[in-house]
Amino acid sequence: MGEAWERLQLASARVPFRLKVAVVWVGIFAVLAFVGNAAQFDTDWIRDNLRYIVGGVRYTMTIAVGGIVLAIVMALLGALARTSRNPVAYGIAGFYVSFFRGTPLIVQMFLLYLALPPVGRNLAAEYTWLPEGFDEALLLDIGTAGIIALGLNYGAYMTEIFRSGIQSVAGGQGEAADALGMTYGQKMRRVVLPQAFRVVIPPTGNEFIAMMKDTALVSFLGTTVATAEVFRRAQLVGKADFKNLEAYVAAALVYWGLTVIFTFLQARLEKRIGRGYDRAHVAAAMLAANEQGQPRGGGAVG
Amino acid sequence: MKDEVVVRIDGLHKSFGPLEVVKGVDLEVHRGEVVVVFGRSGSGKSTVLRCVNFIEDPTAGSIEVAGIRLEGGHRTRRKHEQIRQLRLHVGMVFQQFNLFPNMTVLDNVTCAPRCASRGSNAEIEKRAKDLLDRVGLADKAKEHPIRLSGGQQQRVAIARALAMQPDVMLFDEPTSALDPELTGEVLSVMKTLSTELHMTMMVVTHEMGFAREVADRMAFFHEGRIHEMGTPEQLIESPTRPETRAFLDAVL
Repeated sequence: MGEAWERLQLASARVPFRLKVAVVWVGIFAVLAFVGNAAQFDTDWIRDNLRYIVGGVRYTMTIAVGGIVLAIVMALLGALARTSRNPVAYGIAGFYVSFFRGTPLIVQMFLLYLALPPVGRNLAAEYTWLPEGFDEALLLDIGTAGIIALGLNYGAYMTEIFRSGIQSVAGGQGEAADALGMTYGQKMRRVVLPQAFRVVIPPTGNEFIAMMKDTALVSFLGTTVATAEVFRRAQLVGKADFKNLEAYVAAALVYWGLTVIFTFLQARLEKRIGRGYDRAHVAAAMLAANEQGQPRGGGAVG
Repeated sequence: MKDEVVVRIDGLHKSFGPLEVVKGVDLEVHRGEVVVVFGRSGSGKSTVLRCVNFIEDPTAGSIEVAGIRLEGGHRTRRKHEQIRQLRLHVGMVFQQFNLFPNMTVLDNVTCAPRCASRGSNAEIEKRAKDLLDRVGLADKAKEHPIRLSGGQQQRVAIARALAMQPDVMLFDEPTSALDPELTGEVLSVMKTLSTELHMTMMVVTHEMGFAREVADRMAFFHEGRIHEMGTPEQLIESPTRPETRAFLDAVL
């Protein structure tokens, strides 16, 4: 027994680690397939309805992209305020970050979508000097409310990411810009922010991927059938056909697929922006340049 | 106009919290003059230099550069802008170079003149290339700073400061972060600034060879004050204060 175990270990050592991991993954899928089969998982239903569910990707991505754009703008403003010595800017940004990090995203969505319109109506009724149409101004459609809620919420978290990005730029950089007589705006735009963005892009990619999945919460605001995003569509068809298992598995697979795609794209982007800064890359380039400039075979020796 | 005062430091005090680092410094630097400032670490020499262009705000006293006179103490919005105007007359070179890694060498040199709209882009670029040529790095214009040696980076930093055509150049230990074999190229560039451009310079350094050769006056800092001041011959050959002598014995 002991000897057989030892032989197995030695044999195992020759199998590449990645291959073993792949086998584990295949095993997991096999178990899932077995369970799914036993639970009478209806693959035909998925085939018939996947097209409709995947159609929601358009709205999911619209909301996610709109949300991340707003979040980046908010995070940039928030981070500049949090690193400034202006008490008004610092205070407002502090309130913003504290509130949006301190309350659930779903509550913020309902505040924007359901609680804000009456505020507009009541203010318009109270103050007649407000511009015409103010009573309707805070009435948002579901997509807009979702984008704003996601953007403000993620913007609050990303304010801290951007702030640390700005603070990661060496203090000497700001001093050099100051010493050259640059204004605050010039210093930020030309010196500090370009260096901070490099640090901030990877975590921003993570936030985008996280947000893509949180777009599912928008469906709780009651999306219309025509413009439903992935989760809502799965819910609609799943409920209608009593195929909850199939519907939610399909939705999960769609989100998972999107995440895998964007994780891959993010990794490529990170590699790209690392160029020119990365010491290993620079060293390789210098070595190549040196070899080109010198006769092959080491002329110095001969 | 040899007697024109470019920098006038008057009763300068600087505290960091409860710690008073500069305890009353008066100094005038004339046009074309090179003043070497030296002393033990913590003696306040770098702080004085950093107060001249308000990288540090003086706690008390006043600074005058090229006719712009500013008091120490709290910054108002108006003073903030006055400080910026003063800085346009002052070039500074840092111990750690502080080149902008996100820009090419050429952009490092053209960046500030562009920000201050000092002429057309073509003029600014021409002047920047001339300056890079002067510091011997014309062929590195398109490189990024990370690909240069420390000595080359510091020479670019000198060109960057010169691009603003300052009235005075401040050097804060410009060779302290360099390998010994690279200090020579930086010091020789600094020497040409004095001999060829007649640049007014304040230099914090422990390079006594450079001081002996280039400095008009030397100021020995001790415990936040100018302890002894004179020509290089006086200070290096026959210092009168025991602290100056002890320091020179240690570095020479």
